[in-house]
Amino acid sequence: MSKNYGSKRIVVGAHYGLRDWLSQRVTAVLMALFTLILLAQVLFGGPLGYDRWAGIFSAQWMKVLTFVTILALLQHVWVGIRDIWMDYIKPVGLRLALHVFSIVWLVGCAGWAVQVLWRL
Amino acid sequence: MTDTNKPQRPVFRNINITDIRTYRLPPAGIVSILHRISGAGMFLMMPFIIWMFDNSLTSEVSFERFALAVSNPLVKLICLGLIWAYLHHFVAGVRHLWMDATHSVTKEQGRSSAIVTFAVSLPLTVILGAKLFGLF
Repeated sequence: MSKNYGSKRIVVGAHYGLRDWLSQRVTAVLMALFTLILLAQVLFGGPLGYDRWAGIFSAQWMKVLTFVTILALLQHVWVGIRDIWMDYIKPVGLRLALHVFSIVWLVGCAGWAVQVLWRL
Repeated sequence: MTDTNKPQRPVFRNINITDIRTYRLPPAGIVSILHRISGAGMFLMMPFIIWMFDNSLTSEVSFERFALAVSNPLVKLICLGLIWAYLHHFVAGVRHLWMDATHSVTKEQGRSSAIVTFAVSLPLTVILGAKLFGLF
């Protein structure tokens, strides 16, 4: 890296190396497991109405699992969406604005989902 | 050595947006760009997904509101798009994990696993879509 300070400083770049790559895969495995566990509960146990659907998410272990999955989703989508902006958006100001938008969007969505989950 | 003696080297640039119509992607490339498009689509549809999560769970009254909304054919179409996006992203993601774990990264393995990705995700989309539209 020749010059990474002053006006040449990289404002928004990837964390090159293992960390993001690994976190995206670990979170993907978590979400895949969540999908299979939820699917098993939906498919087995009789006709699916409000009571059974809400019952699935009211079990404490399912709440914890869903909560962890929401956090995994947050991290996973952040890495993925940031990659898209870094590939296609070159002007640094616009890219930074889109990064900020993505964080606001994601944290807002995650907060909403957790609120739904935890008031059940 | 002066510039005039330099051999003409081929120049490879990133494809431009204008090349999209003529640029033929191999199956692995199609899986890859659809992985990206499906991910971006689900990112943008997140508020709608959480709206469904919220209304289907919060109370019996909100569940009815959810059921009514999803009975609209246009909403069903959006849901079908989300089902496809989820399935494609899921299967293409498993393909990535499989490639990472087994070092299956040759050109031929990339091609065959891309075809398997479509062979799994597309029929599942059709089956779930038929269920969604009440065909069975």
